Amino acid sequence: MKLHEVKHILDAEVICGEDLLDTEVGSGFGCDLISDSLCFSRPDCLLITGLTNIQIVRVADMIEANAILFVRGKKPGQDIIQLAINKKLPLLITRRFLFESCGLLYQQGLLSS
Amino acid sequence: MEFSVQGMDFNRAGEAAAQIKKALQLVGMHVDTVRRAVIVAYEAELNIVIHARQGRLAAYIHPDRVEIEAVDEGPGIPDISQAMREGYSTAPDHIRKMGFGAGMGLPNIKKSASHMQLTSEVNVGTRLTAIINNQTSGD
Repeated sequence: MKLHEVKHILDAEVICGEDLLDTEVGSGFGCDLISDSLCFSRPDCLLITGLTNIQIVRVADMIEANAILFVRGKKPGQDIIQLAINKKLPLLITRRFLFESCGLLYQQGLLSS
Repeated sequence: MEFSVQGMDFNRAGEAAAQIKKALQLVGMHVDTVRRAVIVAYEAELNIVIHARQGRLAAYIHPDRVEIEAVDEGPGIPDISQAMREGYSTAPDHIRKMGFGAGMGLPNIKKSASHMQLTSEVNVGTRLTAIINNQTSGD
């Protein structure tokens, strides 16, 4: 699934990486735990989370996630956005909850990590 | 390669593990070896940040293996077998709110490493060494 489809399905806002919305995400991983995101997600995934601290960007970079989707309308700080820009990692925000976001994307064909 | 790690410095936490990952990719380690070494390095680095005053994270890269060493000065671990249990954590609430402290750090290190050794002295510090055999060497 391409990121612009994720944006459309969840009525998401793109915070950075607008030019990368043609990127394909191979799977989705929904989680609010850093260790689980690190160990169980797959490369090229969409990381779906309610965590908005800088560590989620570092972990996404390490696991080679293709984008992060923040749920519940939570917007990360400028330092986090800047790090994501530096790492060419698109960030999106949806007002949907974590469960709902994962469910809608799964329903539309995005596989689980 | 060696890095100093400061307790509670969450802004820089993970930078050492990211540098280790880059180095492993540059020397052409197997993708699975890189993934496992990154898990070990990141969890070990974050353990120092969350639990210790300060410490050192080192990676020694060999063609057949990666050795990760994390040594810290801090409160130490009174009961290592309890600390190794999945879900056991002593992290305070404000750390948990950041997505840490689920009690999976040490178990994840053990699962990802080919060999792991953990020693600790209360009120002195903790030493972790982990070896990740390179996939191509038949691990």
